[in-house]
Amino acid sequence: MAVVTAPVAAAADAAPTGRPLARYGPALGSATACAGFAALIPTIADYSSIRVAWPWISGLGVELSFLIDGLALIFALLITGIGALVLAYSASYFKGHHKLVRLLVLLVLFELSMLGLVLADNLILMFVFWELTTVTSFLLVGFDHEKADARNKALQALLVTAAGGLALLAGILLIGAVAGTLEASALPAAAAALKADPLYPAILVLVLLGAFTKSAQFPFHFWLPNAMAAPTPVSAYLHSATMVKAGVYLLARLTPALGGTGPWLWTLTIVGGVTAVLASIWALRQTDLKLTLAYTTVMALGTLTMFLGGASAIALAAAVTFLIVHAFYKAALFLAVGILDKKAGSREIDQLGGLARPMWRTWVVVALAALSMAGFPPFLGFIGKELKYEGALAVASEPLLVVTFAVAANAMMVAVAGLVAIKPFLGPRTATAAKAGEPPFAMWLGPAVLATGGLVFGIAPELVGAALVNPTASVMIGDRVAKDFKLWHGVNIPLMLSILTFVLGVVIYLALGRIRRGLAAGEAHGLWAAESGYDGVLAGTKALAAWQTRVIQTGRQTQYFLWTTTVLAALLWAGLAMGGFAVMPRGVEAISLIELTMLALAAFGAVATVVTRSRLLAILALGLLGSAVAAIFVFYGAIDVAMTQLLVETLIVVIVAVALLRLPRLTPAPGLEVRWGHLGVALATGVATALALTAVLGTELDRRITDFFEQASATEAFGRNIVNVILVDFRALDTLGEIAVVVVAALGAVALLTRRREHREASR
Amino acid sequence: MVLLTLALVVPLATAILTFLARRTPGLQRGLSVAGAAALLAVSLVLGAEVVAGGPIAATMGGWPAPFGITLVADLLSAAMVVITGVIALAVAVYGLGEIDPAEERIGHHTLLHALLLGVTGAFLTGDLFNLYVWFEVMLIASFGLLALGGRPDQLDGAIKYVALNLVSTLAFLAGVGLLYGATGTLNMADLHGAVPDLDNATVVFTTAALLLFAFSVKSALFPVFFWLPASYHTPSVTTSAVFAALLTKVGVYALIRVFTLIYDAGMPLIQELLLVAAGLTMLTGVLGAAAQNDIRRILSFHIISQIGYMVLGLALYTPLAIVGAIFYIIHHIVVKANLFLVGGVVKKLTGSEDLARIGGLWAAAPWLGVLFLIPALSLAGIPPLSGFWAKLVVIKASLEAEHYVLAATALVVGLLTVYSMSKIWLEAFWKPHPEPARAAGRGLDRGESWALLAPIVGLAAITVLIGLVAAPFYAVSTTAADQLLDPSAYVTAVLGARP
Repeated sequence: MAVVTAPVAAAADAAPTGRPLARYGPALGSATACAGFAALIPTIADYSSIRVAWPWISGLGVELSFLIDGLALIFALLITGIGALVLAYSASYFKGHHKLVRLLVLLVLFELSMLGLVLADNLILMFVFWELTTVTSFLLVGFDHEKADARNKALQALLVTAAGGLALLAGILLIGAVAGTLEASALPAAAAALKADPLYPAILVLVLLGAFTKSAQFPFHFWLPNAMAAPTPVSAYLHSATMVKAGVYLLARLTPALGGTGPWLWTLTIVGGVTAVLASIWALRQTDLKLTLAYTTVMALGTLTMFLGGASAIALAAAVTFLIVHAFYKAALFLAVGILDKKAGSREIDQLGGLARPMWRTWVVVALAALSMAGFPPFLGFIGKELKYEGALAVASEPLLVVTFAVAANAMMVAVAGLVAIKPFLGPRTATAAKAGEPPFAMWLGPAVLATGGLVFGIAPELVGAALVNPTASVMIGDRVAKDFKLWHGVNIPLMLSILTFVLGVVIYLALGRIRRGLAAGEAHGLWAAESGYDGVLAGTKALAAWQTRVIQTGRQTQYFLWTTTVLAALLWAGLAMGGFAVMPRGVEAISLIELTMLALAAFGAVATVVTRSRLLAILALGLLGSAVAAIFVFYGAIDVAMTQLLVETLIVVIVAVALLRLPRLTPAPGLEVRWGHLGVALATGVATALALTAVLGTELDRRITDFFEQASATEAFGRNIVNVILVDFRALDTLGEIAVVVVAALGAVALLTRRREHREASR
Repeated sequence: MVLLTLALVVPLATAILTFLARRTPGLQRGLSVAGAAALLAVSLVLGAEVVAGGPIAATMGGWPAPFGITLVADLLSAAMVVITGVIALAVAVYGLGEIDPAEERIGHHTLLHALLLGVTGAFLTGDLFNLYVWFEVMLIASFGLLALGGRPDQLDGAIKYVALNLVSTLAFLAGVGLLYGATGTLNMADLHGAVPDLDNATVVFTTAALLLFAFSVKSALFPVFFWLPASYHTPSVTTSAVFAALLTKVGVYALIRVFTLIYDAGMPLIQELLLVAAGLTMLTGVLGAAAQNDIRRILSFHIISQIGYMVLGLALYTPLAIVGAIFYIIHHIVVKANLFLVGGVVKKLTGSEDLARIGGLWAAAPWLGVLFLIPALSLAGIPPLSGFWAKLVVIKASLEAEHYVLAATALVVGLLTVYSMSKIWLEAFWKPHPEPARAAGRGLDRGESWALLAPIVGLAAITVLIGLVAAPFYAVSTTAADQLLDPSAYVTAVLGARP
């Protein structure tokens, strides 16, 4: 695990000193980690894997388990290798920038999250890192957060990928429930059970939502070009080489468990294919080179998805090879566009031209990368493309469809490669050429290494093929794949398709101006507006939120009361309905006239309290109600209770009456307005309470505790008035609490009055 | 078990002492912090005791259960008291840097500790009527804290708060009265045996309805949460934080306690009602938050939304779901209090809580950004912070119970939580300050920054700890849930072993 912790230590070294060692520390750490992973290549090339695990939350089946197999290793090498180059590039790109340290810290945090994502074996652990890449990406896209645009784009990337993330979480939980394990390495054994389970379609949809949002598949692709609001090195790293491939990684990782079924194949093929073709068209439309590259990234992600759908070994090997090819040339081109932006002052294709002379070293790099992108021999891109065609033909069910998608997308890729490599450097000189110059070494190194890699691995394809691609394809297919990697396969169908691709690509390149104008016109007519779905959902949610809050939280207390009481009444009636309405309690027939009179008095008091407009009358009526109840207590022999009640009633009436004298009069409203709704709710509550009470009265009173009180009051607690003994002894804690209530109320009242006086004095 | 008594005596004594010391502010502050620290210490010892030996009980005044009042702590109660101790210390310290001296003089510290007394009492009592008493203590103390500032908007909030809560308290009292009439006992362990024996279903369901209503209002469930957004943004930040952390959670605690021990949440109708209410509470709360533009208003609506998750855990009524509910409560109390505390610092630095009028903090105070992100991301359920595990368990429980709509609701609400949290982040931290002159903001002076930041850092550390070392917290929640679903140990601790 030293491999994993190296970048952390290096990041910690990157103190805000600005010293070169500190600035380049993260890059060195990342390079060290990359070397560490490279040392594992022989092991993996031998088709074996390494797994380490520690317990984390065993009760939830969550382990700190890591797995290094071919798939994980390819990603780990790309993450740390490109990471090192991007970190070095950034340290130079942002030299002297006040937020350099922040950028490096965030990049290193991202790198670690991404590494964790691809190395985790436990799916929940993988999800932990998955979400961390979302968060770090959010912070990095919004790096220039003073601009409203950057903020909104960051939010968009966050919401789209977080939505997919939540779907993925549900999918993972369902996988765990069905398969009985959350370890990815143990899932292939449960594949049959998973695919046969009635939850399989739900699992598939949820997992694919996670993968498609993260990897910017149509119709969720829009966030990725928008994420170009990030600084260029960030785009190169997160939104081209690594993070956006997390979805592809997930698909690859879950292929043995979920792949190979009809729904899997069709969804991946069609979504991937449509994404690839649409994205290549959009790429042609752009004039900003960075956006052009962003759309070609979407195209690449679509292609990868499409090939992962095909369950054949060749298709999977093609996907893995293209993954490597793309990471190399795309990161190189992104970084090169950053150089153009910085050194020539623009990324707009129309403003760039004639840079071949002042920036020839940059041009060499761009040309190498573009040749790989276009798929010329002897670059790795050529092998990748040939493999793609071979793989497409091997997709048993729909070879023609896949081939068509692949040829169309690749042809446009050729055109875009030409656009990037030819126009800015060989096109007519523009103002930018005059002040352009070569970048510092640290900025040039990254793209140079990556572009050269495309050539070296093209000449010696076995370096990646046998060592990495075959073991990875084996992981996915669940069987040993030993594909031969060669530049020259002889004249076969893939070669024919390649030639067709070049021809088409050149035609498109030549017609580019016309195509762009046509697309722009189409756009003006509202085509390609997948993003409006996002905008619509966001605006709709906001409107819904505002509406519901206006309706619920009106600020009017009467309304709050009405609803609260309505709920109370409804619950009571529901309870009565569930339990059955009780019959009249025993002894009703024996009610005497005097008791009825007291009841009538109490009822009169209650009604009078509510209807009167005079506060004094209301409190008197309330007192009447209380006294009538006390009288009823007397009839039933509860003298002590009655005394307490009477005392309380009298005190309340006196104290409140005194207080009322100091209050301003209520202005009497003209006429008595009856709120029927309120009346209904009040009656419903009262009647329901009464019915509940009759039900209780219908039961036999359990006298255990009453008997105990009666018997122990005098003998053990030494008091004759049972109420008093209950208050001060049996249940003294209640009384203590109530005393606290009274004292605190007094304290609150004093505080209020003091503050009133203070406020009045302050305003004077 | 003197520990149980001490857990009540400490806040009571602190309340009294801070009142007596009201003319010497320094002493009063010292007493307040010391009292909170003592409460935390007592609660930790209590927690350790319960973890080691299971539920403990103590009879008050020497009257045996069910005749007198019994205090009792099973693992849920003990955990709640520990977390109350943590919050007590955090807000007591924070208050030193935030509370207006005038409010201190007229009783802030006393009211705070009276509130803590009510909260602790509610968590520890084993008697239904006594629970009502502690609810009253909490209600009146929180009313005092709300009204302490005396500003018209504060009084408006306080009146709405107290009036609506009185309705709940009345229903609670009526429910207790009816239940006593039917069973002749108030002791909850005793009621555990008595209520299932009742042959009168009307009594069972109407009393359940009254208590369900009362605790739903206290927990701020849909559709009876009006009082919360009407009041929580008005008092001092310290007060808001302690309210946000503890008040609604006492309601949820009461729901869990009463609907596992006396009734069970799996009862027909009760379960359906709780499930629907939980879903709508999650949803309306977070939408309410999305509609706000003021930090504390956003956070207040979030409380409601998060209560939904906890109640969902109870309503599903499976062992895993109850674990989720308990884990959620513990996580939420820490995180929610902290967000309010951070909001207070934002206000200090930028001069407002209105998102339209503030900004620039990510540039001016990146440390505060990190301190905000930890609880904010945790609340939004981002791993590996505490809120992720809480949500994970509740959602897993929903899926396993095949309540897919609720699982989906919980997930969507998670996304909306991300959205509303990002709103604060985008406006307060990323957006440049609308008045460039104030962009730098005013700094905190030394004493102030200690008082304000130490609690924030401490609570953030707890959040990270729960996230990274989740296993022991999960284990405690599991044991606590086991004790709830099989309360025999609780009952034995209170009533003694019975044949």
